[in-house]
Amino acid sequence: MKELVGKSVQELRALLGGKAVSAREVLAAHRQHIDSVEPELQAFNCLTEDLAARQAARVDKLIADGEVLPPLAGVPIALKDNICVPGYPTTCSSRILESYRPPYQATVAERLQEAGAIFVGKTNLDEFAMGSSTENSGFKPTRNPWNTAMVPGGSSGGSAVAVASGMSVIALGSDTGGSIRQPASFCGVAGMKPTYGRVSRFGLVAFASSLDQIGPLGRCLEDVAITLSVISGHDGKDSTSLSLPVPEYVKELTGDVEGLRIGVISELTGQGMDAEVLESVELAARQLGQLGAGVEEVSLPATRHALAVYYLIATAEASANLARYDGVKYGYRHRQAEDLLSMYRASRQEGFGVEVKRRIMLGTYALSSGYYDAYYKKAQQVRRLIKEEFDRAFARFDLLVCPTSPTVAFEFGARTGDPLQMYLSDIATIPVNLAGLPGISIPCGFGKSGLPIGLQLIGPTLGDAQVLRAAHAFEQATEFHKKRSPVLSAA
Amino acid sequence: MNYEPVIGLEVHAQLKTKSKIFCSCPAGFGGNPNEHVCPVCIGMPGVLPVLNRRAVELAIRSGLALNCEIAEITKFDRKNYFYPDLPKGYQISQYDQPICRRGHLTIGGKEIRIHRAHLEEDAGKLVHAGAAGLHGSEYSLVDFNRSGVPLLEIVSEPDISSAEEARCYLMELRNILRYIDVCDGNLEEGSFRCDANVSVRPVGQKELGTKTEIKNMNSFRAVQRAIQSEIDRQVAALERGERIVQETRLWNEATGTTHPMRSKEEAHDYRYFPEPDLVPLVVEREWVNEVSAGLPELPEQRRTRYVEQHELSPEDACLLAESKELSDFFDRAMLAGAPAKAAANLLMGPTVWYLNENKIEFSQTHITPENMKDLIEALNAGTLSSSTAKQVLFELLKAPGDVQAIVKEKGLAQMSDEKGLTEVVSKVLTDNPAQVSDFRGGKTKVRQFFFGEVMKATRGTANPQMVNKILDELLTR
Ligand SMILES: [Zn+2]
Repeated sequence: MKELVGKSVQELRALLGGKAVSAREVLAAHRQHIDSVEPELQAFNCLTEDLAARQAARVDKLIADGEVLPPLAGVPIALKDNICVPGYPTTCSSRILESYRPPYQATVAERLQEAGAIFVGKTNLDEFAMGSSTENSGFKPTRNPWNTAMVPGGSSGGSAVAVASGMSVIALGSDTGGSIRQPASFCGVAGMKPTYGRVSRFGLVAFASSLDQIGPLGRCLEDVAITLSVISGHDGKDSTSLSLPVPEYVKELTGDVEGLRIGVISELTGQGMDAEVLESVELAARQLGQLGAGVEEVSLPATRHALAVYYLIATAEASANLARYDGVKYGYRHRQAEDLLSMYRASRQEGFGVEVKRRIMLGTYALSSGYYDAYYKKAQQVRRLIKEEFDRAFARFDLLVCPTSPTVAFEFGARTGDPLQMYLSDIATIPVNLAGLPGISIPCGFGKSGLPIGLQLIGPTLGDAQVLRAAHAFEQATEFHKKRSPVLSAA
Repeated sequence: MNYEPVIGLEVHAQLKTKSKIFCSCPAGFGGNPNEHVCPVCIGMPGVLPVLNRRAVELAIRSGLALNCEIAEITKFDRKNYFYPDLPKGYQISQYDQPICRRGHLTIGGKEIRIHRAHLEEDAGKLVHAGAAGLHGSEYSLVDFNRSGVPLLEIVSEPDISSAEEARCYLMELRNILRYIDVCDGNLEEGSFRCDANVSVRPVGQKELGTKTEIKNMNSFRAVQRAIQSEIDRQVAALERGERIVQETRLWNEATGTTHPMRSKEEAHDYRYFPEPDLVPLVVEREWVNEVSAGLPELPEQRRTRYVEQHELSPEDACLLAESKELSDFFDRAMLAGAPAKAAANLLMGPTVWYLNENKIEFSQTHITPENMKDLIEALNAGTLSSSTAKQVLFELLKAPGDVQAIVKEKGLAQMSDEKGLTEVVSKVLTDNPAQVSDFRGGKTKVRQFFFGEVMKATRGTANPQMVNKILDELLTR
């Protein structure tokens, strides 16, 4: 049984198609592994056991009937707990939604289900996806499988850990300012934020609507590419989803980067980055050069303002998106209030965690009359400048690279007292969300402590395929992705 | 000192779409509480709005009928405030790029400018137990059936200068929206709601006075009364040397006065910002042209046509065009060949009386344009008197029928047979000898009494001219 854990999508497909194993056996092996490692890692808010059993049975029926297997048939997947699956809680790791069960299905969940995926559970996150370490979860911390004294990154920490530890083959996260890429980097897996609009947001509990994007995490690029093809595409329920055809991304993984023009972002490969991170990223850039790509430095000065812009726009949108949690219709309500206003105040005071309240305050302030022009409006203008700067860079380059995060995974509590230090974790990922671009983090080395380092590749709008192709070529030319977290290699 | 009022009106017109503005729930009136809801219109986490193009089309239609410019690009914004009937904690509305701008309508020859008209979603409805409002109620329930119903908010310029003019503006606006079939215009059910901004200033002064906003007016009469009461209040306050406070005031129908809303409830900073879940909407010109080509005749055009083509008096034209249903029927009766003046009189007089008496709409009646033509012909031919014509008309309104058949069945044909009528008149005179001697003694008024008795005896069918002639003959004999 154990040997079924740690496989790739294509490996499982071969085993299932050849009737060597059943989907039920694949699920059982993963369940067993979860039982042994989850108590320490705490990646899941809930396990969707009944649903998984039904999904596995359906796949086994397809196999028995000799049907053509859909692309993710029998593949165990973990979903971040801000993606709605009916019948199970969708909590966003917030006490305010602890008891909330959506009666509707996220479009991505529907597409995964049609593709034969098996949902093993809903993963922990920073409350409402606000954070970079999963320490802001209203329920529990999730531990890094490479070293359990370290955070897994965030906000999709639970999803990154599920994949890195082998509790699932792939996972979905959501990325508003780096929430897929940064935990992928900390946990030594691949994690992609697609072009804004590529994947439907219907059924994703909103943090910042103009920045949020769902994306896949996997242990290899092939798994990421297959999953992205499944979840991408226009959705009539999301007006911001793009109605353009979806390529079969796996076919784009040719290993060929010959002649690709790659720019190394100088603002994100200097001050503020740990030396060991910079070293690995420079080596990675050189490696891409050896594979035939042209590598040059590029300056994007406007990205220096990205963090400030992000914390105005994201919080402004969040302040409105989270207004619906008022204790009236669902979720937590303070029961002893004397009147409406005190019911609102007490419910939100007690239901939300500190970081969420901080951001709601920040965003409310940025939109307030008298401050709107100086903060929100100015931030939107600078956001446009950042986007234009990227557009100009992509006239000269096919891809841009930089570290995913300035550091490797840090210890629990190391940054919780200093929000700004925590925010700096996302300094290299945030500009990508502001510009709506596709970006990926892939393993490119290990620090002195043995913790994984992530390389970020950024593509132009709808350049998701070329991001995947270059990442895959690098992966194939290196050994980093083959090194497994201790938890998984022990399995 | 003489003061002049300056009034602007904000109207919320519910658009007649099948489904709500951002989801596919039914948008109509009615339904059990929370029957017409879905995750989108009750603001569950993770759901997204999808714009109903039909609502945009009805907004364009309204804008064109109100002579507005239709924006080439329009967008939606979030208006943020907390209230239990607002499920998302914000209302999706339009802030700085409304779909319609700079229009006007004309009332009694005066142009009232329209500042803007924009789309937004309605909120739900609160039902309070044990109190009139949230404050002091034992508990309150929310019904989200109305949540997400499309509204067009139409904002006039402050061009209105009396309470009476405000009422006329509202009636004309409602009439236009009904003509183009975008709104029911029902004030009681709330499909047409009005708030008024009222200020006064000394005649001749340029600057505007401090305004107050009046809410909670549920009929045309209430609008006129509320505005008049507010004008009077402001003038009285100024004459006492007081200052007007900018505030929202609620109209109280029972006391006939306005009173200030609790200030806590109105201290809002709505923190508008662009709705990131919807993309800006490009309103293609072909679309606007298409909608424009489909616009029906508007009340103003119809009134002019009635005066010019059918030679109705301006007053009659106005009165008739006020109801689209009635004037649509009038037009069909004209096509059937009915004479205009007589048809207009029958519609505005007895028909309107009948509708009011039975509390029904014209669409619930059964009369056909051909019926109308036949009825007037019978009247002109002397087969029916104006009194029996009314009886036939009521029969035709009540159930499908035919003029000749009703006349026959009810025995309503006018009695013009001289011999028969002479007998009736003679009998009336013989039966009332006292009145006859009164008449002969000089009390000529008694003649009316005889006439009435003859009509009563013939159930109104006697030809009045002949009755008069015979009465003259017999009485002077
Ligand atoms: Zn709905």
